[in-house]
Amino acid sequence: MAALEVERLARHYGEREALRDVSLTLAHGRTLVVFGPNGAGKTTLLQIFATLLRPHGGLVRVLGNDLPDQAWRLRGRVGLLAHEPLLYRSLSARENLRFYARLHGVGQRRVHELLQALELSGRSSEPLRTLSRGMVQRVAVARAVLHDPELLLLDEPYANLDPAARDLVEPLIGASSGPTRVLCSHDPAGALAQADQVLGLRDGRVALAGPADQVGEDEILALYR
Amino acid sequence: MYGKGLRALSFSTVVAVTGALTLVFFYAPLDEEQGFLQKIFYVHVPLAIIALCGFVLGALLAIAHLRTRDPRWDMRSYVVIHMSLIFALATLITGSIWAKGSWGHWWVWSEPTLVSFLIVFLLYATYQPLRFAIEDPERQARTASVFAITAGAFVPMNFIAVRLASAYLHPRVLGNTSNLPGPMALTFVVSLVAMGLLFATLCKYELTAKHTRSQLRALRRRLGALPDTPSPRRSAAPGQGVAGQRSIGARVAGGGAAP
Amino acid sequence: MSATGQRASERGAVPAGAGRRPAVSMRTAVAALLRKELLVELRTLESVPGMSLFALSTFVVFHFALNRNTVDGDLAAGILWVTLLFAALLGVNRLFVADAEDGGFEGFLLAPVERGALLLAKELALLIYLVVLELVAVPAFVLLLAPPFAHALPDLLLVLALGDIGVAVVGTLVAALAVRTRARDLLGPLLGLPLMVPIVIGGARASSPLFAATHAGSPAARWLATLALYDLIFGLIAYAVFDFLLED
Repeated sequence: MAALEVERLARHYGEREALRDVSLTLAHGRTLVVFGPNGAGKTTLLQIFATLLRPHGGLVRVLGNDLPDQAWRLRGRVGLLAHEPLLYRSLSARENLRFYARLHGVGQRRVHELLQALELSGRSSEPLRTLSRGMVQRVAVARAVLHDPELLLLDEPYANLDPAARDLVEPLIGASSGPTRVLCSHDPAGALAQADQVLGLRDGRVALAGPADQVGEDEILALYR
Repeated sequence: MYGKGLRALSFSTVVAVTGALTLVFFYAPLDEEQGFLQKIFYVHVPLAIIALCGFVLGALLAIAHLRTRDPRWDMRSYVVIHMSLIFALATLITGSIWAKGSWGHWWVWSEPTLVSFLIVFLLYATYQPLRFAIEDPERQARTASVFAITAGAFVPMNFIAVRLASAYLHPRVLGNTSNLPGPMALTFVVSLVAMGLLFATLCKYELTAKHTRSQLRALRRRLGALPDTPSPRRSAAPGQGVAGQRSIGARVAGGGAAP
Repeated sequence: MSATGQRASERGAVPAGAGRRPAVSMRTAVAALLRKELLVELRTLESVPGMSLFALSTFVVFHFALNRNTVDGDLAAGILWVTLLFAALLGVNRLFVADAEDGGFEGFLLAPVERGALLLAKELALLIYLVVLELVAVPAFVLLLAPPFAHALPDLLLVLALGDIGVAVVGTLVAALAVRTRARDLLGPLLGLPLMVPIVIGGARASSPLFAATHAGSPAARWLATLALYDLIFGLIAYAVFDFLLED
């Protein structure tokens, strides 16, 4: 059984179509990279997989569960790293992670491990609002993988991260981390290297799709023109 | 779909209203205490009852919307509430006129029914601003439905509370409808029926108009919209290319294929 | 949970199946959410100080505007309840703001917990804020407006408790309705005021005998019943409709 099975997915926003006729299949443990200009529907796609948005048409099956009816079974099995860090700015990294750990039924020891792995222990007690964007992004990564999800949805995860920070998060969300991944990226070269499959969206429709080794960088760049 | 039966409904409404007016002016006896002014009772009270029923109906339609997610229920809920708000405003105005005529004041705070109505009116007056403040049409519909249900439950609660709180001052005519003398009772019932039909007809008109407008918009979009231009790019992946894109949608080969 | 690197090997091709971890219980979820709420409030102090200060200022204004040494009966009850209501609406306005701005809704929606836990946690939080507000406001009221206040405290506490529950329930619902709109600061009070009128009526009428100048009595049972009925009905409705407000 595939991790993701999508057939003719549609989602509209009022009269505008955010996504239309999107189909794809992704096996477990593989990485799908989604390219496309802003507004193409990448974030919408990810949010549908995360069960935050319902599909308006077509069929979506995530980890064997049909959306939207069986969405509740997916909670706690999917990790989302979104545009927003989804963290409370007035609380510290530790407090935020502890809160989410409790909500997910995860032990506090894991919070400690993640803070150490991401080298955040030193500033883990300061309110997030005082940390740099890069550090906040790291805390967001911790939040996304806190509960050991089977499916990772990463919306431009490397934004705001310097090379050192990238190295820190790589074992958690990178290609070798284990879970099935869907990654949105604006970086053709870098992302293509980690991809098993590629999906290019434009204006909500699929403009490009295929195994990564059969897609060239120039085709991806053409999406943005 | 909505236009069916509109003509029959309108016709019956005209008949009922005419009948009611005839009864009010020529049949119902003149009240000894209040004289001619009392006849406003035949307008004011049916307006009030229909408006309240309308609000509760709006809540029920909203429940249907939340359960079925069909936007048509939301449309119905919206129209019914909107119409009830107008009827409620009319209730307040006619009540005010009656109060001025009977007791000399445009507004009487010790009159529980009027005060309750004012509160309910103020509440439902926020319904449209609430809707307009939400851009996403689906979320707008859902939030509006939640509001309609909450407000619908509020209506009886409010009346109980206000009624308990004030000395019961409403004109004796209203006190017990069972005590209404025969001719008055008949006139009242006919007026009530006429008001109900009027409400139903107006709602149906508005629903039909809205529905037609949205159908027109959909047609126009389909006729005027540009055909989808497929990307000139060719993809090396199987099943791709211009022809593939023009059809249902790209399918990506399953994960079994080795990269 | 093992350390970060070890999972790669075990993960390979995990078939989709039942969750590997039991869903989090309602009690744990509410506790976690409530804890977070109170922590955020303690850090930012956005609600409670504002509400309390507002109530204090209002009593001072009344003291001067009414130009009397003491208020009693209906007047006292009315002033108390209206002031509490308006102060409460200030708190209601801020209730979901942190979640809306910091993405707390999404974070919560991803967790394996019942949606109702958020409603309950917020209601409890608002209730706590109201209690703190009253700890400040009621003594201030007694001091500034000098109502006759003999042995009425337990009765007053009962009436306040019933009223607080109503405000907490309806306030949370209204806050949830208003927070995702564009005019959230305006719509909150606009929606909340009419809906809370029965609470003010019930609360004021129930506490009026407690402040009577002569022959102080106890709250009439029917007002307590009205408040309780209101709390029950809206408590149930809020629980039934809340899910729909969260989803997309």
